Amino acid sequence: MEKSLHWREFIITQIIKLSGYSAIVFVALILLFLLNEGLPALGKADLSSLFGTRWYPIENYFGILPLVSGSLVVTFGAALIAVPLGIGTAVYIAEIAPRWVREILKPLVELLGGLPSVVLGFLGILVVSPYLRLFLNLPTGLTAFTGSLLLGGIAVPTIVSVAEDALDAVPRSYREGAWALGATQWQTIWRVTLPAAKSGVLTGVMLGIGRAIGETMTVMMVTGNAPVLAFKLGSLFAPARTMTATIAAEMGEVANGSAHYHVLFLIGIILFLISLLVNVLASSVIFRARRRAERILS
Amino acid sequence: MMKFLSRHRHATQKVGFALITLIAFATVLPIIGTVIFILVQGGSAISWEFLTGFPRDGMRGGGILPAIVGTLYLTLGVAAFSVPLGIAAAIYLAEYAKDNRATRLIRLAIVNLAGIPSVVYGLFGLGLFVVFLRLGSSILAASLTLSIMTLPVIISATEEALRSVPQSFRTVSISLGATRWQTIRKVILKEALPGILTGVILGLERAAGETAPILFTGAAFFLPRLPHSPFDATMALPYHLFVISTQVPNMPIQIQYGTALVLLVFVLTMNVIATVIRSRARAKRQW
Repeated sequence: MEKSLHWREFIITQIIKLSGYSAIVFVALILLFLLNEGLPALGKADLSSLFGTRWYPIENYFGILPLVSGSLVVTFGAALIAVPLGIGTAVYIAEIAPRWVREILKPLVELLGGLPSVVLGFLGILVVSPYLRLFLNLPTGLTAFTGSLLLGGIAVPTIVSVAEDALDAVPRSYREGAWALGATQWQTIWRVTLPAAKSGVLTGVMLGIGRAIGETMTVMMVTGNAPVLAFKLGSLFAPARTMTATIAAEMGEVANGSAHYHVLFLIGIILFLISLLVNVLASSVIFRARRRAERILS
Repeated sequence: MMKFLSRHRHATQKVGFALITLIAFATVLPIIGTVIFILVQGGSAISWEFLTGFPRDGMRGGGILPAIVGTLYLTLGVAAFSVPLGIAAAIYLAEYAKDNRATRLIRLAIVNLAGIPSVVYGLFGLGLFVVFLRLGSSILAASLTLSIMTLPVIISATEEALRSVPQSFRTVSISLGATRWQTIRKVILKEALPGILTGVILGLERAAGETAPILFTGAAFFLPRLPHSPFDATMALPYHLFVISTQVPNMPIQIQYGTALVLLVFVLTMNVIATVIRSRARAKRQW
């Protein structure tokens, strides 16, 4: 009996260890399959076509610049909306709201995070875009800005929850010190608490923007999907097409192994690298801040 | 210093607080508005036939049963793969892993998995499960794809729940002669259960509402019957909502709102269950 117990313990420990490493295996597999299907694009489509400004796959124009610019414009607009709303809401929940309001607001913001993106896109088509068209007097309501508005809603919960955690983690003694010096609550928030939580808030903002870049269904449904190069001022209020929407809209219809198929995987590699960059930056900010905090406290 | 103690500072605080409060409500009110709007608009479409019937007339009539059942199957499939794997991975991180380079690499991988765009998961699932492993466009391939996407949510939540169990519980259990695994299984997992459940449900909620990862791995435009096996493609609520709101001309608006309502209720129910489990566990916690 002793012996079988040891064996079971040993086997279970090994299974747990293997599972622990599974995340690394999956990231490696994802990268491997993206590279395997995406890199052939460099041979099958002309490089001049890939870096061109025209996306028209039927005639072998695979210019990814309009798609990259589309993603950037939509995400930029979303950040303009989500960053002030997200940080403001986090400050309100963590510093100002009475306890009972906090208990209601937190689950509500979490609920926004849980709303399926396709539901937001659906409302975008039926409600947001007609009103935008009316108010802004546009030829169509399906614009990059419509996408930005809804993507803002998708980025906000991430920003709020990470930033609020960061504000919560600021020791109470910091605030008490500021109050003792005669600072008002408002001055304490802006000059003590927020600066102390800066790195966490920044992490939240980056993760939120990362989510916005990667969002697919909402943008595909409401941005009008016109692959035009968007670097003019008015581009925000014109139709645009993002990298994610292009993959989602076209992958279902391409022949396996065609140039178009490989180019879509190539766009997938770009998206993977962007999310890698955002997340590595975000987590390095956390690590650096934690090390600094440990230095100060020790 | 003068500015710091200026006479207007209390007025500034009043204006500032008002502004921040306004921002918070500008964030929250649209959420409440959205939910109520869909509940009201979709309510009239809900009938027994809508919930238990098959689509008719090119989806312009009838019910959405295959989509509801499909989403149930997918959610169960995700649970079957991602829950055991995610909990095991979290046990490793919380109870076994040393703070070394390999562990930091695992954490980095988890953070990355959480950040990868959902449509990239779709591409990956197409490449690995549908084409390379020859599962075809199927419930199995879609569930596996969604599972990997859900994994980081479950791992993070479970690890946090395991770490919140006080060290003394482990010490006492080990000192009574229990092995490490017995301690984990009988003491720690039991104490951490509410936290784990909350994380699992929130993860499944996300999977149930996703569309992009299943677009090329298992979602079907229309099926006249329920799927027979894990190797069949399936309709799913989020994909169905996408289809009827963008791909079908002259689609009755009622059916669109009704479908959105069913999806929303599906997801919200999971959300509320998770929130209730968490707050009840917090209230009961004695340590």
